[in-house]
Amino acid sequence: MHPILKLVVQRVALGLILLLAVSFVIFLGVEMLPGDTAQAILGQSATPVALANLREALGLNEPALTRYLKWLGHALQGDLGVALTNGQDIAQAIGQRFGNTLFLASCAGVIAVPLAITLGLIAARYNGRWPDKLISGITLATISLPEFVAAYFVIFLLTQVVHLFQPVSMIFPGMGFWEKLHAIALPVIVLVMVVLAHMMRMTRAAILNVMQSAYIETAELKGLTPMQVIWRHALPNSIAPIITVVVINLAYLVVGVVVVEVVFSYNALGQYLVDHVAKRDLPVVQAVGIIFAAVYIGLNILADVIGIVSNPRLRNPK
Amino acid sequence: MKMPLSAMIGIFMTGLFLFIAIFAQWIAPYPIDSAVGKVWEGPSAQFWLGTDTIGRDILSRLIYGAQVTIFVALISSLLSFSMGAFFGFLAATRGGWIDTGLSRLVDLMMAVPSLIVALVVLSVLPLNLVVLILVMGVLDSTRVFRLSRAVAVDITVMDYVEAARLRGEKQSWIIFREILPNALSPLVAEFGLRFIFAVLFISTLSFLGLGIQPPLSDWGGMVRENKDGLVYGKAAAMMPAAAIAALAISVNLVADWVLSRTSSLKGGRGG
Repeated sequence: MHPILKLVVQRVALGLILLLAVSFVIFLGVEMLPGDTAQAILGQSATPVALANLREALGLNEPALTRYLKWLGHALQGDLGVALTNGQDIAQAIGQRFGNTLFLASCAGVIAVPLAITLGLIAARYNGRWPDKLISGITLATISLPEFVAAYFVIFLLTQVVHLFQPVSMIFPGMGFWEKLHAIALPVIVLVMVVLAHMMRMTRAAILNVMQSAYIETAELKGLTPMQVIWRHALPNSIAPIITVVVINLAYLVVGVVVVEVVFSYNALGQYLVDHVAKRDLPVVQAVGIIFAAVYIGLNILADVIGIVSNPRLRNPK
Repeated sequence: MKMPLSAMIGIFMTGLFLFIAIFAQWIAPYPIDSAVGKVWEGPSAQFWLGTDTIGRDILSRLIYGAQVTIFVALISSLLSFSMGAFFGFLAATRGGWIDTGLSRLVDLMMAVPSLIVALVVLSVLPLNLVVLILVMGVLDSTRVFRLSRAVAVDITVMDYVEAARLRGEKQSWIIFREILPNALSPLVAEFGLRFIFAVLFISTLSFLGLGIQPPLSDWGGMVRENKDGLVYGKAAAMMPAAAIAALAISVNLVADWVLSRTSSLKGGRGG
């Protein structure tokens, strides 16, 4: 087998094992915590009879491993059970919201990635001078902010100081594509801010790292302009670490999305998760938690695979 | 030796926040939980930062909130720090199955973003201070574990550790007397980053309504209480948000300075 294919298959298999382990922990680890699930749902004042009934209804009397395997079997067929609080089918509820989350996250990604790489290139080109210092200062500030604080700064600025947008982002099934885009402009701006800084810093670092090489000096001595040197020589050689970092930061959107959706009351998966944590609706929390984990792990594997494939030393084995 | 201006600002601001947190009871002009003015008043001579959603003085609540936020973040980062460093050193000195087992466990914990794990765990556990500190401390110890293991692996191969082993010192001597003093400087810088992360984490949880519960209130919770005011143009929620940002940036400035002085090791952001 081609060594690259072998490495890729290894990574994907490892990722799947990891996901299985995570689902196991999220399902069983949570139940091993002190505090019984039934008790948590009903509260401290629950009567013993009510507790026993709920345990029966949840199937808590069966051995844990049996329950996990049963749950996994159903989950793989797309059946995630029903929510404790309202008896709604979880898979159906997630299906509607997942699309909204994906729409929001992919809009943020489409803007953030080219912007981060461009800014990173500029910072590397003017290394140590004012454009670099300005960009570094701004990124230091955005890295220090939690997502919701960044969100409220943006809201305050763009709805109160400059009256551009509405502070709430609702999208409805009937809305047109452009209407939807306008509605989610604010959360997208916030998400872009959240992931931009890291991508940009790493792009800058990767390019500066390559700039130390002898062939860069040669290119400079040939009389190429700094931008040509970066574009033709530095960027192609640092593309592997840049792509890896970009994908890892896209995975980080998973966390950003949860908080930002709550800030803007955006009806999607993150909001759904937080609501049901507060209601202590365990089946919903487990299902959504595992979906977020799967997306996160999936993107990390993708980053690994791209890193392998874009490494010429691995691509052309001796 | 010359200290850069940014580090001086950072140290001054961090010290100021600590002072406010420690002496909150004497500094705050109004009690934490009584409505002293009208709802959502603007800043005035009487209420410097205005009043909140039910007419409480925002400045006083910010001062008390500093106490809660900094206390919880400090305890949980101390916990994550001592746990992570201890197990990291243990893994590095023992090696073998202990090292493999601990490292795989940490890989597993870090495979999912901490916030998601915290949300899942908090859907079962009771929401109180002890649980919050424990959950945050344990989740964040993974990063300290990785760093301290990496640092200690480099130290365990040193001659003086070998010498200690040969003269028959116990495991605890090797960890606390040989490795710890030599690993301290990168770990100290890391502590600042862990503290910031804990501040951001507890603020985010409180903002989501899953952190500090009333009647106690931290800055994240204050943003949550006052966020609806933004729709009517009331800036009350911006005050605690700015406080979180100011604290995080100040500690970051100090940590950056310590990092640049001690080593090139950098901690990652929380995921």
